Amino acid sequence: MDLQTITYVIVGFTFALYLGIAFWARAGSTSEFYVAGGGVNPVMNGMATAADWMSAASFISMAGLISNMGYGGAVFLMGWTGGYVLLAMLLAPYLRKFGKFTVPEFIGDRYYSKAARVIAVVCLLVASITYIIGQMTGVGVAFSRFLGVTKEMGIYIGMAIVFAYAVFGGMKGITYTQVAQYIVLILAYTVPAVFISLNLTGNVLPQLGLGSDLVGTDVSLLAKLDQVVTELGFSEYTTTSRGSTLNMFFYTVSLMIGTAGLPHVIVRFFTVPKVSDARKSAGWALFFIAILYTTAPAVGAMAKLNLHSTVNAGVNANSDLFAAENSIKAYDRPDWMKRWEVTGLLKFDDKNGDGRIQYYNDKTKDQAVLASAEAAGWKGNELTVNADIIVLANPEIALLPNWVIALVAAGGLAAALSTAAGLLLAISSAISHDLIKGVYNPGISEKSELLAGKLSMAGAVFVAGYLGLNPPGFAAGTVALAFGIAASSLFPAIVMGIFSKKMNSEGAMAGMLSGLSVTLFYVFAHKGILFIKGTEFVDMVGGVDGWFGIEPNAIGTLGAIVNFAVAFAVCKFTAPTPTHIQELVESIRIPKGAGAATGH
Amino acid sequence: MNDSKGYWAATLSLLTKILVVWFLVSYGAGILFAPALNSFHLGGYPLGFWFAQQGSIYVFLILIVYYTKKMGQIDREFGVSED
Repeated sequence: MDLQTITYVIVGFTFALYLGIAFWARAGSTSEFYVAGGGVNPVMNGMATAADWMSAASFISMAGLISNMGYGGAVFLMGWTGGYVLLAMLLAPYLRKFGKFTVPEFIGDRYYSKAARVIAVVCLLVASITYIIGQMTGVGVAFSRFLGVTKEMGIYIGMAIVFAYAVFGGMKGITYTQVAQYIVLILAYTVPAVFISLNLTGNVLPQLGLGSDLVGTDVSLLAKLDQVVTELGFSEYTTTSRGSTLNMFFYTVSLMIGTAGLPHVIVRFFTVPKVSDARKSAGWALFFIAILYTTAPAVGAMAKLNLHSTVNAGVNANSDLFAAENSIKAYDRPDWMKRWEVTGLLKFDDKNGDGRIQYYNDKTKDQAVLASAEAAGWKGNELTVNADIIVLANPEIALLPNWVIALVAAGGLAAALSTAAGLLLAISSAISHDLIKGVYNPGISEKSELLAGKLSMAGAVFVAGYLGLNPPGFAAGTVALAFGIAASSLFPAIVMGIFSKKMNSEGAMAGMLSGLSVTLFYVFAHKGILFIKGTEFVDMVGGVDGWFGIEPNAIGTLGAIVNFAVAFAVCKFTAPTPTHIQELVESIRIPKGAGAATGH
Repeated sequence: MNDSKGYWAATLSLLTKILVVWFLVSYGAGILFAPALNSFHLGGYPLGFWFAQQGSIYVFLILIVYYTKKMGQIDREFGVSED
C-alpha cells in the first residue's frame, strides 16, 4: 500500500473510534456534561488529562524547539511538567473537595462576589480562545501535509468530529475520547523515537539512547552533536541557555504556574470520585505526560544529528566537514526533503552554485568557522528547516516504514483534537454555567442549562473553526500568552483562596486585574496592542526584553508576583473576610465529606 | 480526633519539604548549578543537562507519588480521610 492509502486507513480508523465513543458516551445531565458524572477512574483521568494537556504544540513543535535551542529547551520540559507538582499539591485536591463544576465558580464563591466570577470568566475565555487557535491550525497542517486535502477541508472535518463527541457527550464524551487519543498520540510519538534511538545508539529507550555512545564508536551521541554543531558555527548543544539565568528562571516559573492555573486542565480533576483520587490522578497524569516529555529531548537531539549527517557525509565519516565532496549533491537529496520543500517548511537555495547543499551557521561570531567556510568556497547557509519538521518528518528522515509516518499523522491529529475539546468544554461551561446560570438567570432548570451548555459548545466549535480558518496574524505568538494570563491572574487567585483564609474579595480582584495588566502591558509593548501590527510600544519598557532581559513569554511570573503583592496590600486595608467564607476555606482543606461535584 | 489546626500544620510542613526538593532539582540543578554540574557525567549525559532535560521530570513524578502516599497517612492520622 502506498503512503497515502495507509494514512487514510490509520487516520480513518482513529476517527471511527472517536465517533464510536461519542455515540456510547452521551451526556444526559449537567453533571455528566460538566464533570462526566464525577465517576472517572483516576488512572483513566490521568490519561485523559495527559491528552487534554499535550497539545499540537507539545506533539508537533516542542521537539523541534528543543532541537533548535539545545539545553535552553529545558524551560519547556521543566515548565510543562513541574507545574503538575503544584497542581497536585496546591490546587487539585482542594478544588475537588470544593466540589463545583468550574474554576470561575470557585473564585466567585470563595471571594463572595459575582464581579470576581466575571473577571475569572474573562481570564478563562481569553486564555482558552487564544490557545484553541493553535489547535485548529495544527489540525489544518496535519491534514494538508498527510492526507492531501486542503487545510480548509481539514479544519471542517476536524470540527465535525469534535462536534460529535463534545456537543452530545460533554465532559463524558471528551474524557473517553481523550483516553483513546492519548493512546494514539503516545504510540505515534514513541514508535519513531524507539526506531531512531535503535539506529543511532542501539538502545531501545530513547531516554537512555540520548545518554549513550553512537553505534560502533566510543563517542557519546551528545558529545558528537556538540562537536558537529560547534564546528559548523552553531552554539554548543548541551550548554546553550535561553537568555540569561534570570530569564530561564522566569520562563520556567511562568510555564509551571501557568500550567497549574489553566482552567481546562484543572476541571479534569473535578471528574474523579474522591479528593485522594484527585491527588493520585495528578501523579498518573504526570506519568503519562512524562513518557512524551522525556522522549522529546531525545527526538530533538537525534533528529538534529540525523539532519546534519544527511546533508554532510563528513559527520559519519569523521572527516573534514568543510571538504567539498562531503556536502550532499542537490540532486541526490532524499525524497523527504523534496516533499517538505513543497510545503515551504524546508528551503534549499544553492547560493554558491556548486550543486551541493551547505548547512552551517553563516552568522556565527567564530572567525575560524567563517574562515574555513570561505576557504571552502561556501557563500552562506543554503538550508533552512522549520522547527515543526523535526517531529513530522522525523520518520522520513530516519527512513522508517510508511505505517510509522501514517501513525505520526494520526498522532498529531489526536493531540490537536483532544486539547481543542478540553478547551471547548472550559469555554462552554464558563458561558452556560458561570454566565447564564451564575449571573444572568440563576433560576434556570437543569434541563435548560444542559441545553444551554450544548448550544454554547456548538457555538464555541464554530468560533474555533472560524478562527482556525481565518487565523489572526498573531496566532503563532498567542499560546504563550495563555500561560501568561493563567499564571498572572487565575493561579494566584486560586492559591490564595485556599491557603490564605484572610484574603478577601477586594484583594483578590485587585490582584487579578493588576497581575493581568502588567502581563498584557509587557506583551503588547512587544507585540502590539491586541497584537495589531504597528502599535508596539517597546521603547516604553526600555527596548526589547527591557525589563531585566526577560522575554515577553516569561513575564507571567512578574505578573504573578505583582498579583500576590497587590492582593495582600489591598486586603490589609479593606473589610475582613466574612466568617462563613472562612468556614468554607476550613472545609475545603479537609478531605472528609467530599461528595460528587455539584452545581448547587 | 478532630484537630484541624494540627492537620493543616502537618500538611503545610509536607508541602514545604516537597517544594524545597522541587525547587532544588529544577531551578537549582537544572538552571543555577547546571554549568557546574556539567563537569560530571551520567553515561553520555553532562549532569546539569541531564537534570534540566530528564532528571527533574523523574523527580517531579517521585515527588507527587510521595506526596500522595504521605497525605494519605496524614489524613488517616487525623481522622479526616474519606474512607
